[in-house]
Amino acid sequence: MHIMEGFLDTPWWQLWFAVSIPVILYGIYKMNRLVSEKREILPLLAVAGAFIFVLSALKLPSVSGSCSHPTGTGIAAIMFGPAISAVLGTIVLLYQALFLAHGGLTTLGANVFSMGIAGPLAAYIVYKAGMKARINFYFVVFLATAIGDWVTYGVTSTQLALAYPQGGILTFEGFLAQLKVFGAIFGLTQLPLAIMEGAVSALLFKYVVNVKSDILVEMKVIEAAVVRKLRGSSA
Amino acid sequence: MSKKLEIIVLAIVLIFAIQFIYMSSTTDAEYMGADGQAEDAIKEATGGTYEPVAEPLWEPPSSEIESLLFGLQAAIGAGVLGYFLGYYRAKKRYENDLARKGINKSEGDSQSL
Repeated sequence: MHIMEGFLDTPWWQLWFAVSIPVILYGIYKMNRLVSEKREILPLLAVAGAFIFVLSALKLPSVSGSCSHPTGTGIAAIMFGPAISAVLGTIVLLYQALFLAHGGLTTLGANVFSMGIAGPLAAYIVYKAGMKARINFYFVVFLATAIGDWVTYGVTSTQLALAYPQGGILTFEGFLAQLKVFGAIFGLTQLPLAIMEGAVSALLFKYVVNVKSDILVEMKVIEAAVVRKLRGSSA
Repeated sequence: MSKKLEIIVLAIVLIFAIQFIYMSSTTDAEYMGADGQAEDAIKEATGGTYEPVAEPLWEPPSSEIESLLFGLQAAIGAGVLGYFLGYYRAKKRYENDLARKGINKSEGDSQSL
């Protein structure tokens, strides 16, 4: 659930654009370079983008009695890093802002920051740390993508609490009080959805590793030894 | 190929589905969007005075049209996903077949006409 059109006042929506635009530009640059160096990654890029399309279209009911949708950006973050995820996330957010009145054009900067940058960055960090700690690969993918999903909505809550602190003026107490309000709305709703997103992401990764592990090894997403181990146990 | 991961994922989805069926039949939860709730919270925090600074350029005229466009989004994504996973799968199979033929080439030649 993105921040609705018109629901971020000046200067907040401009501020989030200012933060997001450089990352998107860097992501476009990085994506162009990657594609021109290795054309064979294009299908994988399409898979990562398509996964975001599918998951962010599914509004799911949650334990809190309200609906929200997963983000699907964790896969892209693990494969291509947060900057390219920001580009893919922007495409989906534009589609939803233009055709579904879901999210918005003025709030696009803020939504790209939460769903395209902050969430993927969290997923990326968790993934790298988990792989270094040599935890089971699919479990690491699950953790990384679930945490990435949850962080996205934590950041959305923070953005709203910054713009609408209790008492009307931005004080630390007012911010915290309002963060609790938005955190209760988004955080609780998103928790089970984040777990589902993590599970489905791990499953998709299993199929990608099965059919196209060489490219993941080449891109240094996963070590050859880990692939051999997964093939051996074929979980 | 072991199906352990598939079973775990299926179990998670099932727990979620059962929870939903139970909750929706025992409570009167409305299952509205969380963004609508946030909208209400903003109105409350600003004392009901908040006016959105912008309106969507275009809004789906009805919830039917909206679900059509959401469905379309998921369909496009699922189509691309299936196409490329299938492409990789078939490619890998043919490559394996070719490699096997390459190894047994002499044998294959002696048996061919």
